[in-house]
Amino acid sequence: MFKKFMALALALVLAGPVAAQNGPLRLTITNGVIEPLPFAIPQFQAETGGSEAIAADISRVVAEDLIGTGLFRQIPSTAFISQHASFSQQVAYADWRAINAQALVTGAVSVQGQQIFVKFRLYDVFSGNEMGDGLQFAGTTQGWRRMSHKVADEVYARITGEERYFDSRVIYVAESGPKDNRSKAIAIMDYDGAPGSIQYLTNGNSLVLAPRFSPTGDRVLYTTYESGTPRINVLDVASAAAQPVTTAPGEMSFSPRFSRDGTGVIYSLSSGGNTDIWRTDLLNGQHTRLTNAPSIETAPSYSPDGSQIVFESDRSGTPQLYVMGANGGEARRISFGEGRYGTPVWSPRGDLIAFTKQNAGRFHIGVMRTDGSEERLLSSASGSALDEGPTWSPNGRVVMFFRETLGANGGPSLYSVDVSGRNLRQISVGGFASDPSWGPLQR
Amino acid sequence: MRSLTKAALILLALSTAACTRPDRFADNGNSVDLNAAGAGLAGSASDPSSPAYFSQTVGDRVFFLVDQSTLTAEAMQVLDGQANWLMTNIDYLALIEGHADEQGTREYNLALGARRSNAVREYLVSKGIPDARIRTISYGKERPTAVCAEESCYSVNRRAVTVISIGSIG
Repeated sequence: MFKKFMALALALVLAGPVAAQNGPLRLTITNGVIEPLPFAIPQFQAETGGSEAIAADISRVVAEDLIGTGLFRQIPSTAFISQHASFSQQVAYADWRAINAQALVTGAVSVQGQQIFVKFRLYDVFSGNEMGDGLQFAGTTQGWRRMSHKVADEVYARITGEERYFDSRVIYVAESGPKDNRSKAIAIMDYDGAPGSIQYLTNGNSLVLAPRFSPTGDRVLYTTYESGTPRINVLDVASAAAQPVTTAPGEMSFSPRFSRDGTGVIYSLSSGGNTDIWRTDLLNGQHTRLTNAPSIETAPSYSPDGSQIVFESDRSGTPQLYVMGANGGEARRISFGEGRYGTPVWSPRGDLIAFTKQNAGRFHIGVMRTDGSEERLLSSASGSALDEGPTWSPNGRVVMFFRETLGANGGPSLYSVDVSGRNLRQISVGGFASDPSWGPLQR
Repeated sequence: MRSLTKAALILLALSTAACTRPDRFADNGNSVDLNAAGAGLAGSASDPSSPAYFSQTVGDRVFFLVDQSTLTAEAMQVLDGQANWLMTNIDYLALIEGHADEQGTREYNLALGARRSNAVREYLVSKGIPDARIRTISYGKERPTAVCAEESCYSVNRRAVTVISIGSIG
């Protein structure tokens, strides 16, 4: 049921006008405050009868993706001098310069039965050049949102030089019911939480916690109480079929994550009240104990190269972050700021670790270098909320987490923030949502 | 309504659940929800062998300090009562639920709840209750009993609750 977009193929490179490979239009993302780059996106041209509505939808989603980064500002069409009616005609750069559009995105959409073709071109208005080649994407009409994200990804990547991330999905826990008896279900959505993209993968009858994507996005690990005690399940995203992971023997297992090659699981196992980190090989069923201490060891996360694991432990007396080799052994503490640290997650770029921090009664999401230096806080919940559970966008540029408002009527919502700390946004999914896990860029 | 259904299920469990059941905590059908108002037909609070007496008079829960799983003197007193009750009422098994307040991450609180439930288990075992009659579970911060965002609520959420049910040691 999730294979809607099967035929989506990044296809033809359109023969285009002069392609300026490295035009002067380049938005370099730094930690400083950025003046959003003004862009124009005239509604994509409908090349076949009846495709006007879908062309309008695609243009809108492309614009929303770009605006959502906080790096771009859309110039309203009411300001346009020319509407750029035809995809193939020469661009009247002067008309776009006059309204200070630095980038121009044009596109065309045609529908043939269930098939849809979306083409676009990106122009650097002030240098008067096309940026890169025009591209065409082909897929099914149902997959129009993904094609919009792919167009936006191309525009984003060409202008910023960053890796793409819009064409990705997020798995999370949808929550409902009263605070003292919450019902929780695993749900999946496009990264932007678009209502039409949300699907539920479990029914909410059993308490479920902290789903985590496999590196390829085809499977999800999560903790479930369906057997009466917390255990780890693996779920196939396409079929929504779930089955238990046979972990090492213990009273409860939780906090799972896939290894980078997807063939292993690291997790917490509690036995006799003590919680340590274990690894289970999904291929041969072999269990390996990675920590062996009377303290709490939990929330393990692999480095991108799979050689190290960052985790949370209270061996010093309070929860702090530690890094050890992938086979366990000596761990070094990396968090030394004030307060308590938890839920560390290694950036896909390898350079940073995101975490939850609790200090002086306030909750934050933060990042630090992998040696613990250069700690920075990205979010700061008010005293009446708590921030928790960061997850990285596939390009390591954005951190998503949940913010839970406290009290009887409070509940969690998903937020995202740029790794610079700018552009904090709520991602509305039409209900309480927690424990996001951001999947890979789709193929 | 809810407790009546539960009570009916308990009676059913009494008559049908036998020693043959391999998983002594196989489902909730034979458990007693001590948080429900009254324990219905299973016995009134004045009957010392009733679950209602256990929860209301003996006390089904103990509380912990922030981040702690050490039993306080007050907690030990409650657990002494639980141990005595379980010694007398040998048809009952105990499921100990460990809980935490919401001031901590989900993962840490699950582990902390496991510590707390185990602290209770070890104490009951030290008082002579066979380990096989006790099972533990942690809910972390998933099931608060009080929902305000103040210490008055947090202090009752940091708890271990002994849930008793009729059953046999597999």
